[in-house]
Amino acid sequence: MATITSTTARTLLRPTAQKGLLSWLTTVDHKRIGIMYFWTALFFLFIGGVEALIIRLQLARPNQTLVHPETFNQLFTMHGTTMIFLAVMPLIAAFINYLLPLMIGARDVAFPRLNAFSYWIFLLGGIFLNIPWFFGQAPNAAWTGYVPLTLNQYSPGLNADYWLAGLQLVGLGTLISGFNFIVTIFNMRAPGMTLLRMPVFAWTTLIMSFLVIMAFPSITIALFFIMFDRMFGTHFFNIAAGADITLWQHLFWVFGHPEVYILILPAMGIISEVVPTFSRKPLFGYSVMVFSTVAIGFLGFSVWSHHMFTIGMGAVANTAFALTTMTIAIPTGIKMFNWIGTLWGGSIRFKTPMLYALGFLSMFVIGGLSGVMHSAAPANMQQHDTYFVIAHFHYVLIGGALFGLLAGMHYWFPKVTGRLMNERLGVASFIFSLIGFNMTFFPHHFLGLMGMPRRIYTYDAAMGWNTLNMLSTVGAFVLAFGFTLVLVNLLVSIKKGKEAGPDPWDARTLEWITETPPPVYNFAVTPLVSSRDEFWARKYQGAPALAAEEPGPIILPAPSYFPLLMSIALTVAAFGLVYSNLLLTIGLAATLLCIIGWAFEGVGEVTIYPKGFEQQ
Amino acid sequence: MRRSRLSRCVQRGTLLVFVLLLALAGAQVYAQSTPQQSALQPAGPVARMQLDLFMLTVYIAIGIFTLVVGLLLIAIVRFRSRPGRPEPKQVTGNNTLEVVWTIVPVILVAIIAVPTVRGLFFVDTPPEGESITVNVTAHQWWWEFEYPDYGIVTANEMRIPTGKVVKLNLTSSDVIHSFWVPNLAGKMDTNPGRWNSMWLQADTPGVYYGQCAEFCGVAHANMRFRVIAETPEEFDAWVARWEEALVEPVVHAETPDLVARGAEAFMDRACFACHAIAGTDAKGVVGPNLTLFGTRTSLAAGMLDNTPENLAAWIRDPQAIKPGNQMPRLNVPEEDIQAIVAYLHSLR
Repeated sequence: MATITSTTARTLLRPTAQKGLLSWLTTVDHKRIGIMYFWTALFFLFIGGVEALIIRLQLARPNQTLVHPETFNQLFTMHGTTMIFLAVMPLIAAFINYLLPLMIGARDVAFPRLNAFSYWIFLLGGIFLNIPWFFGQAPNAAWTGYVPLTLNQYSPGLNADYWLAGLQLVGLGTLISGFNFIVTIFNMRAPGMTLLRMPVFAWTTLIMSFLVIMAFPSITIALFFIMFDRMFGTHFFNIAAGADITLWQHLFWVFGHPEVYILILPAMGIISEVVPTFSRKPLFGYSVMVFSTVAIGFLGFSVWSHHMFTIGMGAVANTAFALTTMTIAIPTGIKMFNWIGTLWGGSIRFKTPMLYALGFLSMFVIGGLSGVMHSAAPANMQQHDTYFVIAHFHYVLIGGALFGLLAGMHYWFPKVTGRLMNERLGVASFIFSLIGFNMTFFPHHFLGLMGMPRRIYTYDAAMGWNTLNMLSTVGAFVLAFGFTLVLVNLLVSIKKGKEAGPDPWDARTLEWITETPPPVYNFAVTPLVSSRDEFWARKYQGAPALAAEEPGPIILPAPSYFPLLMSIALTVAAFGLVYSNLLLTIGLAATLLCIIGWAFEGVGEVTIYPKGFEQQ
Repeated sequence: MRRSRLSRCVQRGTLLVFVLLLALAGAQVYAQSTPQQSALQPAGPVARMQLDLFMLTVYIAIGIFTLVVGLLLIAIVRFRSRPGRPEPKQVTGNNTLEVVWTIVPVILVAIIAVPTVRGLFFVDTPPEGESITVNVTAHQWWWEFEYPDYGIVTANEMRIPTGKVVKLNLTSSDVIHSFWVPNLAGKMDTNPGRWNSMWLQADTPGVYYGQCAEFCGVAHANMRFRVIAETPEEFDAWVARWEEALVEPVVHAETPDLVARGAEAFMDRACFACHAIAGTDAKGVVGPNLTLFGTRTSLAAGMLDNTPENLAAWIRDPQAIKPGNQMPRLNVPEEDIQAIVAYLHSLR
């Protein structure tokens, strides 16, 4: 066992717990934070999933009255908000948190306390957004929150207030994570790991983080505009005072479209790790893959108005955004062919992670192609705001992002727990998910073309939409069953999974070099990297296992109370935004105190003597 | 052994998906025989151009999908791991291939881009020739149609002559809505404080169903409307009837006493505060204009057929039929309801 000593500077006491609840509440260890992100994201994925199932039940047959229209509006608003901000993004954050430092040979992220803060503010923001369910006033103006529907005149209740304040909390955490990951990648790579030797997952994390720090300010400001209009009677969106309400849509989609790539790029990164491992070949066209990721990131900021082809921008502006949108197909297509190139000539093993990866490749191509259909703007005017669009983005977000994340989950589960997930359950979950997913969302293409708008709580029996809606609802339950099997597999395998050993997949990258599960300090000695697939090179190509430092004591950041305390203070301030200025003042004052405490708790650090190098 | 069983599982899974897709296509053909509003059955030049462009993208998409999934399947089958297989060559890339699969998408995208740009200007520029103009104002949760050339203001049913260009100016009195008649044209948002414009044209007479396509609050799902395309002669006759109605309401009364009582009740029950009927003292502008109400085919923004029973039920409790709409339950006595129904249906 490693020995640990703490040398906290005594300005303000830093916690020292190594075990138990307090150690989790004060942890700054990226792996523990990653695990907390993971379970919290799964929890919200469950909530968002239940919301989706109620939506599908209500729409299974025409003229149903299972839920009140007002409740239905709250359900789809919270389904979208939850899945994007509270489920998929945090799930991505879980992977990045746990894996990024391991993949680049670091011992933690650059700002460990900020990292913990990102998590806590996300958790509390997620709970905050869901609180108004308990008194029937959950956000109800769709996840896009278009003005003037979200202004006082049309949304007098607390619904919009909770939505605005809650998104600010969650967004703050995301923004800070973005900065944190960028600084980590630029500064903390192990010696020898040049940028073009980084695993593609690290690359997609880097690009995603840039998208975050450039896109989130736009929605942050736009949310403040609505908030100020509601709270102080400002005129950002007051039509009588000359405002143009399409301003909100521009600000929202300048965030909203890059957000789509924020969700999909890390999944593409995961696929770029899983496919080579299970094909026993390096990623085909690594540098092309990297540059196409960069290209998607850049182009992602030039296409936002393709969500607005019907707002009346005119032919010239629509032309510009149609053409930029089409160009995105090019780097995306390049990626697809490079993944196939990776498979080609390989020796493919069909373990669960690979099944989900292949699911990603075949489903994402459908979502990508319907995306190209959307870029044909005149045709888009028929598809916009219909079930066709719902089909498109669920193919991208479930068939793409979520299947990618599930591939990653099955792939790295043994790294995190030291155990394998059950293969039989894994295959079953994949088959049910794939069939259920297609059954749910493929009919949506047709429903949209047959005139079914999105966000309607009911439809008439004579519309001709009955059969496909019923099929879709049945499919949703098959999909839910598939995902339940994943959850069962997780819970069973944590306790009873087969011992994985250090390298169950014969993997290629740095995170598999260290012990499984990794010790708190990740690497006993920082490795010296000499190859893109460092682990593979060491195993099969005779690369020497070099270290970049002498074995010795390792200094890690000490735990802290302040990330959690400051998140609580800001959440109090968020309640203040909804209810009272006094509470807002108290919350902000407490936040200020926390910042002071954060600054003055001194340079806490923990010195660890890893196994074999115990204190002399 | 286990490995090959798994790969068989995968193959069967993939096969299943394809069978499923086929089944879905079948379901689609079955269902498509009856959709009430559909972009797949264009009835005018705008919708036809949009469908043609869409089908072009569909053909290209099917081609790419077949190519990609075909290559995937070949790779999965041919390069599956088998005992005795040599370790794969550690190939890192191929520049020629990279160039090929960069250029091919560029060409495909260009093929879509040309008709896209042409189509954008087509929908933006109404053709020369005979046309009528309709000003569309969306309200929570109904549609107002004003014909500035004829002095007509009506609601939830837009009559148009076939073969003529219909120029639409669109706005909203409250939140954003979106005007959409899939069989005739793609949608255009109605933005409060701004006028948008679009055009459409119906080739053949018929009833074309439309619906609000931008989420606008609690009754969004029930904000429907109809476009009734008639021959130019029928349309002119309708306009002529309107001109009469502007002077005094045209009353076709089978039961004159009841109708007269209804007209009184309409004023007594303050219906006039929200609704206008041309040629009478009812001049409300909050709710739909009810002039020539007896000629309408539908009620409650396209939700119900305009039968006496439906109309009576609507007046009795509008909130039960269309939750959240702005017409309150007024507790009108039953006999007044019957009279008002007779009165409104006599306006034709």
